Amino acid sequence: MTPQNIIIKNGTVFDPVNRIDGEVMDIAVSNGKIVERVNESSAIVIDASGKVVLAGGVDIHSHIAGPKVNMGRILRPEDHYRNLKPKTAVKRSGVGTSCPSTFTTGYDYSEMGYTTVFEPANPPLKMLHVIDELNDTPMLDKACYPLFGNNWHVMEYLKDNRHDELAAYVAWMLKSVKGYAVKLVNPGGVENWKWGGETTPLDEPVKHFDVTPRQIIQGMCNAVKRLNLPHQMHIHANMLGTPGNYETALETLDSVRQIAGANDGKPVIHLTHVQFNIYGGTNWMNLSSGAEHLAKYINNHNHASIDIGQIVFSDTTTMTADGPFEFKLQGMTGARWINGDIEAETGCGIVPIHYKKSNYVHAIMWITGLEASLMIDDPWKVCMTTDHPNGGYFTTYPRVMAWLMSKKARQKLTNKVNKRARSKTALESLDREYTFSEVLISTRAGTARLLGLKNKGHLGVGADADIAIHDLDFRKIDPSTTPRKFRKAMQKAVYTIKDGEIVVKDGEVVKSVPGRIYWADAKVSDDLARTVETDLRQKFQDYYTVQMSNYIIAEKHIVNSTPVRVNAEV
Amino acid sequence: MTSLQVTVLSGRTLRQGVGKEAGKTSDRYRTAVSVCEMHPEDIAALLIKPGDYVRLTTAYGTVVLKSASSNQFPRRGVVYIPYGPYANQLFGPDTDSSGMPTFKGTIATVEPAGPEQFKKIEELFDAEAKI
Amino acid sequence: MQTYQDVVCTVCGCLCDDIEVDVDGNKVMKARNACAMGTSKFLSYTHDRIETPMVRKNGSTQPANLDEAVTKVAEMLVNAKYPAIYGLALSSCEAVKVAIELTEEVGGVMDNQSVVCHGPGVLGLHEIGVSTCSLGEIKHRADLIICWGCNPDEAHPRHFERYSYTAKGRWRNGKADRKLVVVDVRQTSTARKADKFVQIDQGKDYELVNALRTALRNEQIQQEKVAGVPVEDIEELAELLRNAEFGVILFGLGVTQTVGKGRNIDGLFSLTRDLNKYTKFQIMPARGHFNVNGVNEVSAWQTGFPYGIDFSHGYPWYNPGETTVTDIVRRGENDAMLVIASDPIAHFPKDLANRIRKSPLAAIDPVHSVTTLVADVVIPSAFAGIECEGIAYRMDGVALPLKKVVEPSQGVLSDEDILKKILGKVRELKGRSG
Repeated sequence: MTPQNIIIKNGTVFDPVNRIDGEVMDIAVSNGKIVERVNESSAIVIDASGKVVLAGGVDIHSHIAGPKVNMGRILRPEDHYRNLKPKTAVKRSGVGTSCPSTFTTGYDYSEMGYTTVFEPANPPLKMLHVIDELNDTPMLDKACYPLFGNNWHVMEYLKDNRHDELAAYVAWMLKSVKGYAVKLVNPGGVENWKWGGETTPLDEPVKHFDVTPRQIIQGMCNAVKRLNLPHQMHIHANMLGTPGNYETALETLDSVRQIAGANDGKPVIHLTHVQFNIYGGTNWMNLSSGAEHLAKYINNHNHASIDIGQIVFSDTTTMTADGPFEFKLQGMTGARWINGDIEAETGCGIVPIHYKKSNYVHAIMWITGLEASLMIDDPWKVCMTTDHPNGGYFTTYPRVMAWLMSKKARQKLTNKVNKRARSKTALESLDREYTFSEVLISTRAGTARLLGLKNKGHLGVGADADIAIHDLDFRKIDPSTTPRKFRKAMQKAVYTIKDGEIVVKDGEVVKSVPGRIYWADAKVSDDLARTVETDLRQKFQDYYTVQMSNYIIAEKHIVNSTPVRVNAEV
Repeated sequence: MTSLQVTVLSGRTLRQGVGKEAGKTSDRYRTAVSVCEMHPEDIAALLIKPGDYVRLTTAYGTVVLKSASSNQFPRRGVVYIPYGPYANQLFGPDTDSSGMPTFKGTIATVEPAGPEQFKKIEELFDAEAKI
Repeated sequence: MQTYQDVVCTVCGCLCDDIEVDVDGNKVMKARNACAMGTSKFLSYTHDRIETPMVRKNGSTQPANLDEAVTKVAEMLVNAKYPAIYGLALSSCEAVKVAIELTEEVGGVMDNQSVVCHGPGVLGLHEIGVSTCSLGEIKHRADLIICWGCNPDEAHPRHFERYSYTAKGRWRNGKADRKLVVVDVRQTSTARKADKFVQIDQGKDYELVNALRTALRNEQIQQEKVAGVPVEDIEELAELLRNAEFGVILFGLGVTQTVGKGRNIDGLFSLTRDLNKYTKFQIMPARGHFNVNGVNEVSAWQTGFPYGIDFSHGYPWYNPGETTVTDIVRRGENDAMLVIASDPIAHFPKDLANRIRKSPLAAIDPVHSVTTLVADVVIPSAFAGIECEGIAYRMDGVALPLKKVVEPSQGVLSDEDILKKILGKVRELKGRSG
């Protein structure tokens, strides 16, 4: 069935990409796209007067599916008991708070006005699992970032200085396991952890491999750039969750500065959930926020973007490919711990955590995320995330948006946090309040741009008709002074439109749609592709416990498989 | 008659695994799952030979099986029966609130039995259907 | 004749994916690389097949057509207040998805074979978590392998050669570079291969695990023997564990089905966690049925829970011991049961088998089983991984695509398609009554 034409009338439109900032106007939708106009007599008319009309939310980094999320679900039945969702005429049943079941994840995002969510850390060997979960995550367009930072082939190509082959291998991998972007997590450090070792600073060679994390970061960054992938290298830096680690974060960013070269303005690195990576201090007792160092760097350079990984005081679940970090965390908290190492590729760790206002370290974390958000001037470089579920669940986004837009909201919570932490923060001196457009940049316009999604994050003609309408009348609600009302309005969309179909009405899913799965198909030279395939055939049997043909994922396993073709420079 | 008190374990054997894949109605499967592997001295204590039939009785049920001398050196008083309908005649339904019945570690008495007391699988259940 | 490469074997949780299957005229002629169980399955899958759907009429089951059988099953589920849907460990994940939707639709309880195999491991996981890895990690790194209450030699015949003891890995050249320790009640064939065999008293696993944890902390054990094992041996074993560079514990039903159940696994997971303070240590359940892990995975992502999922409230609910099918049957709560690719009548204790038979029972299976023998409705299905495709999960969570190498008999559908028909019929009937 072709989706019906829709016309959204008299809404207050915010569309930072097209420089529309609260203009009352109509938006027309036809065939899943935003169009100039439609015939009003045959269209569904939505009266949006007194409401805001936005592009659907685009999440650049949220752990919603795959082996580690599922291990989190199995680990924590008590997490599910806090949120039980019965089946309705439209919705499948589900459960879960920090690790919700797949259907529930899709519905909750959609009801919050989000239409695109990218899953940011996947072991290639288990990608069929990730894809199969994403198939069961409705309402959203999705994509995955396979992990490369501790991959044996990567380290061996780098050691042998075979950079062309490395790029071709990355292309082969994305195409084979249907990944969209390249993710590095604690490059080198996870391979060390597989012998019980630790995360390493950038210049310590990886045990047995004789390459350094710096070489991996630079080599992969270069490869991604040469492949012309839609999204730049996405990295979870070394030394995450360690006092004083802001220096490693800055070193990481600076290590690829040259690679941006003449392309200044087009970022080559995305440093993710920076909040966990920009601490000052030398131990947990004197931990401090290093946000100002990061902000200074980002404000002065254009080759890097970030997302925040804001924490929200709540009981949530940490999960990451950074196995050694989670091992340290369980050592500190004594909480339950899952570790899951993956042959020749990566690792995984999961530890539940309760972020408490009274806890000095947690308060510093909360402060650090907000400081970074507020101190970086250009919102196009900053994505609002909670690194769901590591900092908090994605359903808390409206709360984070309110903190960005309201000094009052921040102050209210600052008054309640650990006093010693409070005494060490610059947060209270920061007067900046995001404008609504700035919030939209960091939750859709900017994220879509960084992900290379030209048809998302805006409402221009030709854009995908992924639209959120929220009951937010700025004549009545001032986010700065009435943040709770703002939060409530952003929590549930009055309408969510996905690909031109009304899927949410009055904050409830009214139609389930599957969404699509994007992956990158980078075309490299035939010679290079053949060389890499020959290399892989030789080593595959030795490195892996599956056959190469079974490692490659057939498109038939993907619901709405959507390759994004790019021509590589190799 | 001579009898012994033993602990019954059930478990996977390669023969049972192969027999299972060959079909649950095959003789191979029935033969594979209707044995009671015992310590040779326990068999001797019952004044029987390996291959003679034995009756096992627990608080939950009773079954006749062919005895076999275990080559796996269990401690005396431990007997082993492959997974399947014969072993399950002996186990109770309780799960200790875990979902899992006790398939290993039920106390039984074992005594000699005659071959005529042995039942085929279908005779363990009163089904009308033919196999 | 056609040869299919890289076929996934659908017997045990090893999911060996290097099988070469020769097919001639829709018949499997040969299965190279497979173990005895795998060969038996590939060569004997035509034996003992259920020829036609069967429906009980006037006391005895009679051949029926598929629609009639499907309608019977749908009616049985719709008329029941609390139906149980059970099985699927020998089916594909695609079938699991439909079964979950069906259970949700009829407000019943859905459970799978892990309730009687590695369910207690899940209980241990809720308490402690687990440090584990993919099988290749063992192949490349392990210099110490502990088989605790498992017998891979008989239950997972190619585990050692492909993934562990005798496998050649990046830093381990087969068994020359590894030690094998077996902890078991019996000296199994695996135990006879071991460098060290620890014979333990039946039902005393929890005691031995905790004695090991005590020894690891260098604390005195105030006894001469624990679980029948001399304390000196326990201390020596603790040293061996501590001094490994990369150790792994493979555990089996020897610890999940015996006294202690989940507590035994809780203990083993804790021991593994303790060991990571000294060295690198992993633990992994040796899963039995080829896709029992897949049922757990799909159930977990769709419902939050890996087994024993109760939909009677409209949302998924879970509490093993209460919502597990064994307990529901024991209490006589279910008033119908649909079994898919499983044989609970043979594999549940007799009392449970008898109780299952007290209410309407339907079975979907490729082959005759004790359950199909006594069921009221029987629907024959195609073998996943031989006659139809699908996805299955290896014991370490690696998902693999199952191949179709031969056509099923005319009219025989996959579990997935049969369940879809039942679901469709259920919705039709509910629509009519509602």
